Amino acid sequence: MPTVADLSQGQKGIIKNFSEDMLPIKLMELGCLPGNSIELVQIAPLNDPLYVNLSGCHIAIRRSLAQLIELEIVDDTQIP
Amino acid sequence: MSRAIKVALIGNPNTGKTSVFNQLTGLKQKVGNYPGITVEKKEGVCKLPSGAKAHILDLPGTYSLNTTSLDESVVVELLLNKNDVHYPDVAVVISDVENLKRNLLLFTQIKDLRIPTILVINMSDRMSRKGISLDVGLMEEKLDTKIALVSTRKNRGVEQIKELIEDYESLSTSPNLNASRIAPDYFNRLQKAFPKEDLYKLWLVITQDVNFMPIEKKTIEDATSFSTKSKSELKKLQHKETALRYQFINDTLKETYKVDFQVAKGLRASFDKILTHKIFGYVIFLVILLTIFQAIFDWSTYPMDFIDEQFANAGEWIKSTLPPGVFTDLLAEGILAGIGGIVIFIPQIAFLFLFISLLEESGYMSRVVFLMDRLMRPFGLSGKSVVPLISGTACAIPAVMATRTIENWKERLITILVTPFTTCSARLPVYLILIALVIPKGRILGLSYQALTLMLLYLLGFGMAILSAMALNKVLKIKSRSLFMVEMPTYRLPLLKNVVYTVIEKTKSFVFGAGKIILAISIVLWFLGSNGYSTEFKNAETLVNQRIEERGLSDYSKNYIRNNIDAYKRSTAGSVVDQSNALGLESFQDSIQKMKIELEEKARGQEIASYKLEHSYIGQMGKAIEPLVKPLGYDWKIGIAVLTSFAAREVFVGTLATIYSVGSDEEETIKNRMAAELDHSGKKPLFNLATGISLMLFYAFAMQCMSTLAVVKRETNSWKWPLFQLIFMSAFAYLVSLTVYQILK
Repeated sequence: MPTVADLSQGQKGIIKNFSEDMLPIKLMELGCLPGNSIELVQIAPLNDPLYVNLSGCHIAIRRSLAQLIELEIVDDTQIP
Repeated sequence: MSRAIKVALIGNPNTGKTSVFNQLTGLKQKVGNYPGITVEKKEGVCKLPSGAKAHILDLPGTYSLNTTSLDESVVVELLLNKNDVHYPDVAVVISDVENLKRNLLLFTQIKDLRIPTILVINMSDRMSRKGISLDVGLMEEKLDTKIALVSTRKNRGVEQIKELIEDYESLSTSPNLNASRIAPDYFNRLQKAFPKEDLYKLWLVITQDVNFMPIEKKTIEDATSFSTKSKSELKKLQHKETALRYQFINDTLKETYKVDFQVAKGLRASFDKILTHKIFGYVIFLVILLTIFQAIFDWSTYPMDFIDEQFANAGEWIKSTLPPGVFTDLLAEGILAGIGGIVIFIPQIAFLFLFISLLEESGYMSRVVFLMDRLMRPFGLSGKSVVPLISGTACAIPAVMATRTIENWKERLITILVTPFTTCSARLPVYLILIALVIPKGRILGLSYQALTLMLLYLLGFGMAILSAMALNKVLKIKSRSLFMVEMPTYRLPLLKNVVYTVIEKTKSFVFGAGKIILAISIVLWFLGSNGYSTEFKNAETLVNQRIEERGLSDYSKNYIRNNIDAYKRSTAGSVVDQSNALGLESFQDSIQKMKIELEEKARGQEIASYKLEHSYIGQMGKAIEPLVKPLGYDWKIGIAVLTSFAAREVFVGTLATIYSVGSDEEETIKNRMAAELDHSGKKPLFNLATGISLMLFYAFAMQCMSTLAVVKRETNSWKWPLFQLIFMSAFAYLVSLTVYQILK
């Protein structure tokens, strides 16, 4: 299953699942819950960290963390 | 009502909590540390409409009561401890209208602690631009609270907060939701074991890693039935709890909070595109860094020179007005000079914090972290470490203070510890004079050796900072959040009031926090330099006068006087002959005679000062450490200068000037005098390549700045780290200089 790290810039996805043990509670509290949407806003110049819009909450997370969040990519967002 | 109402401000970062605090308290603030830790504690007093007072405590920003950092633990510990002196009568939760959903998570947690809670919805001025509409009445009902719609920017709603605080007794204390629903069996058993305690509090005590509470964590763990829950099971429950809270919040907001996305517009996307761009992002950051650097390196010299001059004048005034004696000397040369040495840093601190608060307030600082994180990560530094490290090139003192913006304690500590390696401006006079003395004038590829040496010294400082950061990252065993998560707040125009408050508060905290230590040390240094127990010191004037009677002034002084008079003669020679109304020969001779007497008097004074310094306590210390510094190529005179440099590195030049009995105001004279100094064999110059480079490296690495130590003590809240710095850096400098001198000599 694709993860947040697989999104390309500007692409959106719906959060499906994540390993509860690995993912910090902090991230859940900021809205990282199954069913919520997540958008990759910007990738830092050295490919890490990632700047995401987590259903209205804008945060930067490292790639390693982003790889833990599985999602379903929403296709139609590629069209501007 | 006589007792002040105790209020705690709680809220997510970036909700404008500090603005609300500033609006409520004005400048009646007290900033300190929580006992034993380095979390900033801000308190203030607010006058309520009825005339009663409220004591406001601004708690560190936190996203929830699930702690991951020291800052957040402070919040939880306070809210769980009814015996704490600051335990609030009423909690004011600050939220941002754009991020209300996320902000309400914390609100529901506080509410569940049964503390009377007011909800402040801040930044309400942005509602129309973002197409947000609220049903405040219904929301108050759903959340079972009172709401103040506030805009600190437009100065709206602050009075309403005050009224609500005043009326706190009428607030409901019933919880928003029943968290025990996530595991009814478990919570039932918990309640049975601790019938007197509140369930949600118990739950927090079990799940949180906090230090002190009236309910001992141990007693819960001892009650074996509850330790059965493994860490991962607890975490699952916490996830469940979070989901439950969001469900409640979503239900509430569905009916009370509407966003019309058609209307919503923002500059975020377009700003982000440029400011975090692969190339422009770095270019813009570089330009900002250069501006900051220019400000603290260059612009601040004007106010600094002014301060320097005023204090020198004041010292002169005291000496000429008060009767001469120990007390006057102490006042003018010890205390006043010490205070001057503190005040002189204010322009640099003010400039740096002006820029930093602008960067923080505007939301740009988070973008810096985003850009720099990958680059700084291998060194155990934060993206935010860049600003302190670069500003350390001007002065380590404001730079160390600037590390406050780094949330992660380990990253912050490493940044504090390595910043003094960067080449600060106080090293510059030392470098310049030594380079001019020992580095040849030649050029390679059009670049002068001297310029290259200076550049190498700068690179060396920076390289050493990075290397030691890497080493410290490996060595320091500090448990800190490995989680990297930075909120990217909306861009906002900085609020002038907040910027001004930050600058004032930082300056105050330096002057009254670190200033005390600096003043104490400079008085000690003054005492050591201007007192002595030996008979030589006590009779310095008589002895030097006697010596001059017998053998005349030193060769150097004689030369110096002769050269000056010759120069004077040459410069006036034309005017005596050519002009019709030229000076008469007689008056010309008189003026030469007068000049000669003046110069001799000056030389005599300088020789006395030199003799006194040599036989003062510090002079004797310099001589005592000679065996220690000899392998580095230094004599006792340099030893004294190294010791006095502890006040500030640039004092090196002045001390040598005094000890070589030349006036300290002419750099060229000092240089010539240093060039003329011979080593112990009496044949070769003392300042050769080996000594010069050994000295430069010593100044590059050694911790020779009491002001930095004082500020590190303040920022780390213990003597452990400044002492570590002092010993580690100085030992390292000694070893490097020793090796280099032994190789080069």
